[in-house]
Order: sequence, then C-alpha cells, then structure tokens
Amino acid sequence: MRKLFLSIALLIILATTALSQTIAITGGKVYPVTRPPIANGTVLIRDGVIVAVGANVNVPASAQRIDATGKIVTPGLINSITTVGLVEIGQVRETNDAAAKGNNNIAAAFKVWDGLNPASSVFAPTRAEGVTTVIITPRGGLVSGQAAAIDLANGQRSDGIRRSPVAMIAQIDDSQSAGTNSRGELMGKLRALFDDVKFYMAHRLDYDRAATKALSAPAADLEALIPVVQGRMPIMIDADRVDEIDAALALARDYNLKLMISGGAEAWLAADRLAAAHVPVLTGAMNNIPDSFARLNQRQETAAMLRRAGVQVVLVGNGDGDEARFNARNIKYEAGNAVAYGMNYDDALRAVTLTPAEVFGLSDRVG
Amino acid sequence: MNSTIRIFASVCLLLAFATQMLPQTPQKDSAKSDSTPSPPPGPGGTSSPNANPFPSTYKPFPSRTTLIRNVTIMTAAGPSIANGSVLLRDGKIAAVGTSIAAPADAVVIDGTGKYVTPGIIDVHSHIGDYPAPGVDANSDGNEATNPVTANVWAEHSVWPQDPQFPRALAGGVTTMQILPGSANLIGGRSVVVKVVPSRTVQGMKFPGAKYGLKMACGENPKRVYAQRGPSTRMGNVAGYRAAWIQAEAYRRKWDAWNLSHKGDPPTRDLGLETLAEVLRGNILVHNHCYRADEMAQMIDIANEFGYKIRAFHHTVEGYKIADLLKANGIGAAEWADWGGFKMEANDSIKANLAITDAVGARTMIHSDSALGAQRLNQEVAKAMYAGRAAGINVTEDQAIKWLTFNPAWALGLDDKIGSIEVGKNADVVLWSGNPFSIYSKPERVWIDGALMFDRSDPKEKWRTDFELGTVKEDN
Repeated sequence: MRKLFLSIALLIILATTALSQTIAITGGKVYPVTRPPIANGTVLIRDGVIVAVGANVNVPASAQRIDATGKIVTPGLINSITTVGLVEIGQVRETNDAAAKGNNNIAAAFKVWDGLNPASSVFAPTRAEGVTTVIITPRGGLVSGQAAAIDLANGQRSDGIRRSPVAMIAQIDDSQSAGTNSRGELMGKLRALFDDVKFYMAHRLDYDRAATKALSAPAADLEALIPVVQGRMPIMIDADRVDEIDAALALARDYNLKLMISGGAEAWLAADRLAAAHVPVLTGAMNNIPDSFARLNQRQETAAMLRRAGVQVVLVGNGDGDEARFNARNIKYEAGNAVAYGMNYDDALRAVTLTPAEVFGLSDRVG
Repeated sequence: MNSTIRIFASVCLLLAFATQMLPQTPQKDSAKSDSTPSPPPGPGGTSSPNANPFPSTYKPFPSRTTLIRNVTIMTAAGPSIANGSVLLRDGKIAAVGTSIAAPADAVVIDGTGKYVTPGIIDVHSHIGDYPAPGVDANSDGNEATNPVTANVWAEHSVWPQDPQFPRALAGGVTTMQILPGSANLIGGRSVVVKVVPSRTVQGMKFPGAKYGLKMACGENPKRVYAQRGPSTRMGNVAGYRAAWIQAEAYRRKWDAWNLSHKGDPPTRDLGLETLAEVLRGNILVHNHCYRADEMAQMIDIANEFGYKIRAFHHTVEGYKIADLLKANGIGAAEWADWGGFKMEANDSIKANLAITDAVGARTMIHSDSALGAQRLNQEVAKAMYAGRAAGINVTEDQAIKWLTFNPAWALGLDDKIGSIEVGKNADVVLWSGNPFSIYSKPERVWIDGALMFDRSDPKEKWRTDFELGTVKEDN
C-alpha cells in the first residue's frame, strides 16, 4: 500500500497554470473525500476549478486528457503548520521570517504572510509531493501572530495567498517564551490580555484620549485580537500536557474563543472534553517519545483515538523540526503512520485535505 | 485498575533482567601493573596499560529454539526467499531455506503474509547520551569545551534508562552505534550497543565491537568555537592536522617503548591514546560531513596521516563524490530526505542513497534521531522509491542492505550481524508485512535468539525506570 501512496498522481491544480484550460483526469481511482472513492473515475477541470467528478463524466473533445489508470487521484494535500516560504534555511538567520519581536511577548498584530517569500525554493519540492496548500504559522512568544493559507504557486506574493488571516497563533506550553516563569503566570498574562481586549473594545474613545488605565498590549495588538474574542477568528493554542489542554478549554469557555489545539501530545487523555467542546486538534502520528515533561504521554495512536472520540483531527508534523519547512512535503507520511496506528484510511486522508480546509475556512475552494 | 500490579510486574521483569545480568565472571584484570609485557592490541590500545578498561558484560537473554516458517525472508545476503523458513537456535541462525523441519523443542511461528529481516543497525545514534526527556540535566552528548576531545568516550554518557531505547527496539533496531555529538572537530569515542535492557552500559556493549572515533566537518565546530577558534573551515582543517601530528608522535613513542620496555613508560594521554589507536587501525573513523568538497579534503587528511575513514555520516552531498567514496572504500551513511536546515545541508536530494549505491559506494541509512531510528525501514523505502523515480532501478533486495548489512560493515561487524545467514547472530525482526510499506510494523524482535520485543504481549514490554509511574502503562 505504501507503493500506492507514493505513486499518487500528483496533480497540482493551480489557478495560475490552469487558467483557460480544460483538463480531464481519467481512469484513476478518485478519492473525492466528501464521498466514497470512485473506481475508474474522471475529474474534469475547467479554468482551474473542478467542474465534474464521477464515473460517467462527459469529456469535451478539446480537453487535455491525463490517463491515471492504475493511479490514485486525491485533492491536493494541505499541511497546516508550516513555515514554508518564511524560513528558507533554518540556521541562516537572514532567511528566517517566522517570528516577530513583538511587545512583551505578544505579537497579535504580526501578519506572518507579509514576510512570505513567494520565490522560495521550498515550494516546488513540496508541490512535487502532492502538497498544494500550506498554512503558514508565526512562531514564538505568547501570542505569535496571525497565520495565512498559501497555495504553493511561485509568483507574486498576492498570487499565492488563499486566505489571510486564517487564525491567531498562541502557545501555553512554554512559560519562558511567553516571558513568564510559570504556567500559572502565563495563563494569568493571557487572561489579562483578553480582558484588556474587551476593555479596549468598550473604552476605545477613552483609550484614544489616553484616558484609560495602561493596557497589556499596544492598540495594534488589541485590535488584532478583537475578532478572536468575538469568536470570529479561530485561535490555535499550542498545548501538550493534558492540564494545559484543559486550561485552554477553560479559557475558550470563559472568553467564547473559537479554539483549536496544536501540539496535543497528551490530547488523547482529554478526548471526551475536546469532542464535547467541538475543538479541533492538530497533531501528528510519528512521535511517541516522552521528550519533555509536558509530553510524557505522547503516542502515535493519538490521532486515531481523538477521531474515534469524535474530535476533528488535522494531521501535522510533530517530529524532528524540519517537517514544518524543508520536509513540509512529508505530510503524507503522517497520514500513513496514523493509519498504521489505528486511524482509518478515509479519516487519515480527510485529516490532510478536507478537515484542514474546513477548520481554516477554505473548504469552498480546496480540500 | 490493576496498574499497581502491572507496575509491580514490570519491576519484576526488570529485576529478572537484572538478576540475569548479575553472575558475571570477573573480568580478567588485564594488568593494572605497568610491568605487563605486551598488552593485547584492540580497543583501548597498545599505548595503554589496560586495553579494555570498561569491558562488555553483555550476556544474551534466555532463548528458545524458534522456527519461523511460511514467511518472506529478506536476507540482505542475496535474493529474498518466498515461503521461507528460518531457524534460530542457541543464539545463532541455524538454518535458512524453503523447508526446514521443526526440531521437537522449537517454538514454531507461522509467518504467512509476513516478512523476516535481519535486525536493523543504526550507525548514528545519540540515544542514551541525549536521552528523553531532553532536559539540561541529561544533556550529555557534546563535550563542547574544546574542539578536540578525543579523550571522551560516549559510553560514559549513556543512560541505560533512556526511554528511547525500548522504542528503537520496537522499531526493529537491534544494534546501534552511539556517538558523541558534532560540536567538536574530534568528538571522542563511540560505543556499539545491543538494544537491550540493562542496569549498566557495560551490559549493553556489543562484545568484541571495535570503537569508533567521531569527527565532524564544517559548520558545527566553527560555529561552536567561533570565539576561541576554529572559526573557519580552514581553521577546522588546521585543527584536525595538529591533532594527528601529536597523535603520530605519541604512537611512535609508545610503539617504541612497547618493543624495548626500557625505562619508564611514556606518560599516558587519553586523547592521544585514542587517536594512536586510529592510526594503528584499531578504531574506525566515523566522520560527520555534509559537503562534497569537505569530504574530499578529509580524505586527503586521512591519506596524509595514514588512517582510514570508515564512513562519512550525513553525507548530504555524497552523490557528488560517489566515485571518490568508492575508490577510497569509504561508507556513505545518509538520510532519506533531511536537508535545508543549514547551509551545508542545502543540496540534499532524495536520490542520494540510490546514486551513491549505484556508483558503488557502500551505502546505508542512518538516523541521528530517536524518532527516525524507529522508522528506518520507512526511510529506506523513501530512498528506494526516490531512486526509482530518478531512473535507478533499486530492488528491495538491494535496499535491505542499506538497512542492515552495510551498516554492519561500517561497524566492522558484518561477520556477525546484518544478514540472515547460517552462523550469524540471531538478530531477527518479524514484520507484519513488507517492511517497505508504511503500514508494516515489527511484530517481534529477537537479539541473539532471545525474544526481546513482542507487540502482541504488552505485559512483557520493556519499560525503563524513568517511565515507571511517570508514563502511563497503556501508552
């Protein structure tokens, strides 16, 4: 089955290259993801958009035909936590644009896509492995900034940005990075920030007249967090230890946040609460090492266990570091290993296609 | 739940292992006195009064005669055997073929639909010297206090309770070389261990395995020592050469004294002792090096001082100098697809293994990662398919050698491990399916004929002391 997985017909349907063309992919096993696979199916694409999928699709004579006999056709894969186009070479500082300096470890106003390098040499090899869309996520601090969805099209920056922002990024599993000394202090700082956002919303005029108490972040960051406390923009919080996950759930309840959990090393221990709260989890299937005291119960079955409990699961890399940039192309191995550790095949494919498209608000066009 | 009972059971299991290790024959006290006439050559060296001060105490775990039949055997010594049988007896592979009668005392395992391979060998590991959890208190992999630390031995950092050991075993790894890190030009001695539970590192050491010497090229040393030097690649090369000049003088002095025994022996120097043993051919050089041009320079340095490089590790640009590697008999230990994390790793290509292998250089996978070590079969599969995509017809029978036989050669152990051949150690993995499928997992792993891992029997799972009461039982 691995052979099959590796020989997926890697069909990159990018608006920029497919404009004014009609393409028919015929004879392959088509995984629409929204419904069961179609043996000997046809996918018809016109002007960059899928216009027909099925076993009996009329192919216009003018269409370019691609014979996929013996192959598999899937949606382009989505890798949902990456720094593709933000970090060219990890240890070359001048090619790193994923982390803002921020203010007091808060960088909510940071739009990470403003530093995207659309000429990145990482795009082509990532595409070549079937990944067509990536979420680029800021790093560091307590509130890292805003993420965007990028189609892997080299060109001008605006060509590739599918949607921005798609989420606010924050973390609660590293108190030092948050500029605090303990988890409790970190949570206090985060709650104070959200309180200040609400205060700012209610006292904007006073704020502009400098007639309010001092707030914990500059106006630009408070502004950026308004859609978060209004529950309009998702906030993805990195949390690993099970009590961190519960703390994030409590925060989301108290402030009406549209929460997603990333990391999620011990999320399987909170599967019922995550399911009840309808909180999606972005986690991997290739790490079972108790590599920190916050990840003692990290395991490869997490994705499968969460899915069984009814949690929306997005598979992302959680291995050695490069899975976010140079090896963002390897997202299919997370799916394969998730299957090896208990997830069903359709769920694993969904976790790298439609589910991320849904949670990041992209499912009208990709996934 | 009965978790207490299970913890207790696990403790008993560990104690059972422990007592198994207890009755050791006292090691022959190889002459603490300086008057010993001529110490045997070998690890530790002829420039040392004690050639083997930290001897292996490893003893195989109890084993039963075992026959696995109706199984596909990837031998790494020749073509795969479909519907084959392999007999493990007294710690050795006793028979391999298509029809082997089951001895009366044998445990018989039906391997229908399954695969057997030799135990996986990882030539580049830091498990034990960079244990999990990765806290400063356990960070023992780089003696980054001097660019040349030939005097340190990785085994003195190895924590046998590292939870990463049992996970590597569950991935089919039976032997690994644990190396010092790459901060230094010359990082120190490696140690070759069997992936077995033990109270001590001595209890894991592969009996008779040669030591390795870790050397490192390029960015790491010059970055770590930017302030005091070396701070450039030319500084790196001057550093290696200065060390070998000292080592050569030391070797001559000791070799002369060993012949004459006149007067006091020369003063011992731990670092030079190790380097002298490299010059005598008793320690194998494992050289972390990414770039083609730097590897060519390291080959010239080896020729200048008359030592051999056994294998380059990482070898990201191996494909550019595969002919040089072949001509000099140097192994290429590579990743399937790591790259881009630093400047010298920027020219990574996925067909690297396929190309160095096709040109004739001794090619192998390696992990440098406690995660990668658990999936070296998947890494080889990636590299095999990448080779095919590049037009090189890599067969499974060839690719399996990247996983087992060629790493065994790099450690100088290819007469004992690395293939399924009669007389070799019974280090064997039974896979649920083709090991080059992402969906296949090791079901059972034997080391020296003893069943060390059985996925179907969680009660017998090797849990380290650190995990007891810390990591949940059902994880």
